Amino acid sequence: MKLPEIPTDPLNHGQQQSQSASLSAQKISVAYGTHLAVNGVDLDAHGGQIGAIIGANGCGKSTFLRALARLVKPQGGTVILNGHDIAKLPTKRVATQLGILPQSPIAPDGITVFDLVSRGRYPYHRFGSHWSRQDQDAVEHALEVTHMSDFADRSVDQLSGGQRQRAWIALTLAQDTDIVLLDEPTTYLDVAYQLEVLDLLADLNAIDGIIIIMVIHDINLAARYADWILAMKDGTCDTFGTPSEVITPDVIRRVFGMDVRIIQDPESKTPMIIADSRHALGPKREILEKEKL
Amino acid sequence: MNQTNDEKSVALRASFKRAVMVIVSLFILALVLLYIDIIFGDSLYSFTDVMDVIASRAPSGITFVIGELRLPRALTAFACGALFGMAGASFQRLLHNPLASPDIIGITEGANTAAVFGIVVLGISGLELSAFAIVGGLTTAIVVALLTFHHGFAPQRLVLVGIAIGAMLNAIGSWMLIRADQWDIQSASRWLTGSLADSDWTYVIITMITLAIGLIAVMPLSRQLDMLRLGDDVAAGLGVKVGLSRAAIVIIAVLMLSIATSAVGPIAFVSFLAGPIAVRLIHSGSSAIATSGLVGSCLVLGSDVIAQHATGTQFPVGVVTSVIGGPVLVVLMYFSMRKESQL
Repeated sequence: MKLPEIPTDPLNHGQQQSQSASLSAQKISVAYGTHLAVNGVDLDAHGGQIGAIIGANGCGKSTFLRALARLVKPQGGTVILNGHDIAKLPTKRVATQLGILPQSPIAPDGITVFDLVSRGRYPYHRFGSHWSRQDQDAVEHALEVTHMSDFADRSVDQLSGGQRQRAWIALTLAQDTDIVLLDEPTTYLDVAYQLEVLDLLADLNAIDGIIIIMVIHDINLAARYADWILAMKDGTCDTFGTPSEVITPDVIRRVFGMDVRIIQDPESKTPMIIADSRHALGPKREILEKEKL
Repeated sequence: MNQTNDEKSVALRASFKRAVMVIVSLFILALVLLYIDIIFGDSLYSFTDVMDVIASRAPSGITFVIGELRLPRALTAFACGALFGMAGASFQRLLHNPLASPDIIGITEGANTAAVFGIVVLGISGLELSAFAIVGGLTTAIVVALLTFHHGFAPQRLVLVGIAIGAMLNAIGSWMLIRADQWDIQSASRWLTGSLADSDWTYVIITMITLAIGLIAVMPLSRQLDMLRLGDDVAAGLGVKVGLSRAAIVIIAVLMLSIATSAVGPIAFVSFLAGPIAVRLIHSGSSAIATSGLVGSCLVLGSDVIAQHATGTQFPVGVVTSVIGGPVLVVLMYFSMRKESQL
């Protein structure tokens, strides 16, 4: 797989932007009570790629993402962030290297977009430290690339679903990390907004070289935007590889229990699934017409 | 802040300006109420009288009324109002729920019942009593938390568990009072209504020191509280030590609440009212803990002025705050049912 070149950061606000970031996981296991949600999953992400984690509900994909972001403590295995065991790093230092946007976060009542996004600067602050030029630049940059500058003074409650999600992404970008993890960034969004959010993430990946790893429901969107896909089943890694390696009828049948045909997405030339269903309109018409005869 | 006049920083500066304006206005209002509370009474005193008392050159009659009765009463009202307000707002923000104020989720009752136990059974007072109330408040907080944490954390469940625990503790408190000696009933009964009548300089000093400690501790914690309001996961992702911050906030809040309760009893609804009022005044995403403290002070001082002087008879300050707080509780419940309120 060819990696995009990482252009220099125009504002040079990054802490260690020039070094290529990496995030890897070795044999991660997470248990909730006696239930093993994630069981020995490996991952190696580096060099400005977009990764997607797919799988059926309850397969442990969100839990695995949370373990990558040290939001849950794995029972087994280690997560290595830029060469260091994430469990041994101070949490604020992790937060300057890795950002995570959880699924459908809720903003406090009455908070403005600017205030929300500026919270992304928390890891750079100690008690008593002042809002710096660098903070201001990072927040403005985040608002600009997410096209939220015009909404800076608006209350988050007044925004549409897509705008709100962009505001949260802006918060994660203001955090100015080389790695951004997102849990279902397109859930509850209209189709147009889903594409808008994913295009934005792809832009950020291409321009700033940010590693993006997202849990995503839509297999076709995963295939379209991701450099690699991790397909999970019952807490384990079923298949890992490029979209064309992972999006095959066999894998989809194993992981989602669904029969599909694969065609080429005419827009992006990536694999695209066409699901079989008993009541698809075509066969239904045929049956109806036969009965009429 | 050495920034240029960027358009985009206007948002930040506007909300900052508003916050400063609200805090200054509330502080002036608190001072005015404090002044009214001191000069009004059976005999009306002037500003020079008050200054004379402070400079200790007033006649002994005035010195007694102002120095020993009204000044400690007003200062206790100010300090306890602030403590109730800050503690209440801390809990409400921490639990993302305006109903999760300590006087509703049983923690005030815990401190209160411990205080009644201390008076009736152990016969203690002053600092010892405050310490005992703190232990009672903290124990209740831990019990409520333990009963609530069950595969994750649910603020709604916490409110229900807290109300139940609070009711049980109230029953225990009443039972102890019924069994107590005649003399103890008098001093213990103010722990049921909340009253400033027994304020003296000991409590002024204890509550003022607590207020100072609380303010110093809350300032750094309020930043973390602001972050926790984005949700535990977002806060953790941004480098907040969620468990540690939460524990620190709970301990500080219980400390402030218990000491205020040991001084004046549970003045109804102040913890509950201060936070939502402060948020509506400041109108930004911030936790407004210090502002809630000032609102609490104004509430208690204002209620005390009403309780003492508005009608012919004097009644405990808790009665006035109940009269104000009850309807507000109903209105807040109504709106939080209509809209999934986040506070």
